[in-house]
Amino acid sequence: MGAIAIVLPLAAAAFLGALGHRLPRWARDAVALAAAAATTALAVRLALAARDDLLVTWLGGWRPRGDVAVGVALAVDAVGAGFATLSGVLAVAALVFSLRYYESAEGHFQALVLLFLAGLVGFGLTGDLFDLFVFFELMSVSAYALAGYKSEDPATLQGALHFAVVNTIGAALVLLGLALLYGATGALSIAQLAGAVPRAPRAVATAAFGLVSCGFLVKAAAVPFHFWLADAHAVAPAPACALFSGAMVPAGLYAVARLDATVFASVVPPGGAGAGSLLVGLGTLSAVAGAALSFAQRHLKRLLAFSTISHAGIILVAVGIATPEASAAAAAYALGHGLVKGALFLGAGLVLHRLRSVDEVALRGKGRGLVAPALVLGVGGLALAGAPPFATATGEALLHRALEDAGWGRLGPVLLVASVVTGAAVLRATLRIFAGMGPRLPEAPDEGGETSEPPETRRSRGTPLTMALPALALLALAAVAGTAPGFADGARAAGARLVDGRAYAARVMRETPIPAATTRPDAPGERRKATERGAAAALAALALAVGVLRRTELPPSVRRVARRVWVPSIHALRALHTGRVGDSVAWLAAGAAVFGGLAFLLG
Amino acid sequence: MSAVLSHLPWAVAAWLLACGLYGVATSRNLVHLVVCLSVVQSSTYLVLLGVGWRAGATAPVVIAGAPPAAGPVADPIVQALMLTDVVVGATVTALLLALAVQVHERAGTLDPDRLHRLRG
Repeated sequence: MGAIAIVLPLAAAAFLGALGHRLPRWARDAVALAAAAATTALAVRLALAARDDLLVTWLGGWRPRGDVAVGVALAVDAVGAGFATLSGVLAVAALVFSLRYYESAEGHFQALVLLFLAGLVGFGLTGDLFDLFVFFELMSVSAYALAGYKSEDPATLQGALHFAVVNTIGAALVLLGLALLYGATGALSIAQLAGAVPRAPRAVATAAFGLVSCGFLVKAAAVPFHFWLADAHAVAPAPACALFSGAMVPAGLYAVARLDATVFASVVPPGGAGAGSLLVGLGTLSAVAGAALSFAQRHLKRLLAFSTISHAGIILVAVGIATPEASAAAAAYALGHGLVKGALFLGAGLVLHRLRSVDEVALRGKGRGLVAPALVLGVGGLALAGAPPFATATGEALLHRALEDAGWGRLGPVLLVASVVTGAAVLRATLRIFAGMGPRLPEAPDEGGETSEPPETRRSRGTPLTMALPALALLALAAVAGTAPGFADGARAAGARLVDGRAYAARVMRETPIPAATTRPDAPGERRKATERGAAAALAALALAVGVLRRTELPPSVRRVARRVWVPSIHALRALHTGRVGDSVAWLAAGAAVFGGLAFLLG
Repeated sequence: MSAVLSHLPWAVAAWLLACGLYGVATSRNLVHLVVCLSVVQSSTYLVLLGVGWRAGATAPVVIAGAPPAAGPVADPIVQALMLTDVVVGATVTALLLALAVQVHERAGTLDPDRLHRLRG
């Protein structure tokens, strides 16, 4: 079943690529949608089947001989299948949303989305390190092409180039680390590596950890590897952005979590010790920097892109701590964030479609009476801040608990503030665009693609249902996941399985049954407390948004402090984002060198 | 001699990686930039081949029924990985060069610094 879920979108993409131009538009859309929907259904079935077991398939029947994995395995657990499901849902939403896109007339858009989906699904299901790399590259290359889709605009080309160059270097780092691991152990199967790496020389294991982690963290947009992300999101079509932020960025985090639990278990002990503290530090830095940069944006898609950096940072903290509870938090948070962020990007696409711009300042008050986009962005902003009943709130509650249990409780408020600030940024834009709040600001010069965005669709009267529905459906799914009674417990069980690399290896190599997950239930009153905290976070985000919009009415002392602290620091931070490919690569090289050095010191 | 030979691939790969990264970071021409990126990728080819190299080994050709080669053979897996990597590299290079052609057509320049830039 797993193999079909990978082959199906690949075959459909190949079909559309070869014959798409001979088919009428509706047939191409039907083929793409059917393939994506069928893939999603398969992923859901896999996720349900993998609740209590790790599903192992040796492709071609090449089973392991003794302790050597001769063939290539698919090893599907709840987190991997859940990731595939999230990717499928976002792909379906993106395809429905883009039914009205005239650029996709040649059928390339649908084919690229399907290729991208195949890469994501394979990435979630594979149990082999080299396959992981191949699916990683498949997803990357189709993403580069999607980012550069509106190729008439030079800014688009620049953003796509930036994205492709930086991520290709990241992939090269992954491959170098993989080659070191193979050289030291002779293994590529993740399960076999889990047994072999502790016996390999410590220095090789640490160097491989540094290379592989940096490579995947480029995709996860951790600071200082994040410079490409906002440019790629600013220029890509809105539905592609939903896939980038919702599924591709978490893919990097998923790989780090999976490999740290199995291959690098000796380098990254649970609890955020050793090199794990490095991941926690990078995650915190990303969460704070991403939130500040997000709040400083007026280009709606860049605002959302920087908030993705912030939320990926929050998930990275949980991945670095790597306890069962923290992994559960990472999985639940990634699912909630993926759905909500997907909806928000589609909301930005709705704004672009109806108002022909995504500049928050220029659109002040122009969106009055647009119900669907206002609803998507407003509710999405609250959900981003962690409002119940959305799955982001469940993830936040699990994370809070995990941080306290692992002795990182002091980080809790920092991460909470980061998510509140990103939510506030979205709410500020929503209130400004749809309620006309905030002072009138001078029109920005149209410079550097910072405020401009060419429309992607033909005008229409009213908001087309095919564009509004996917966004609202994603939000509804996030709410359903957050309210489902078994969601938190399911995430706990999945997280406990994800970090148990020993059981994973034994199941894959020797068919030893997976031990039943023992999870601790909520303490009495804990759920209510988490709900209250989520509601307070959402209210704080709303208050911050309104406070900034009505800042002229604030007492002068508050405004003076804000001006002295906020303005210089955000200017310094933004000045680092020059948009030059060379600068990003220099940051990447320096960051990887420092990361590797610290990994040796801490590991 | 053998010690030099067994370390040579790593040294050259590290050199290629550093050169390529420097080239990408300082490039003023998109075609040059893409070629520098290929240099970065070629360092991975070298590491993969170096991992599979054995002193005095022959090519890993195994024919069913025929007697196996006398003495050691090079590791065929890394060679397969390297070939896959070459294909991936070629795809990325082709895509990037296509983007560079588009840039030249639309913006009339190949200097990444003279492009319409996205900042902050």
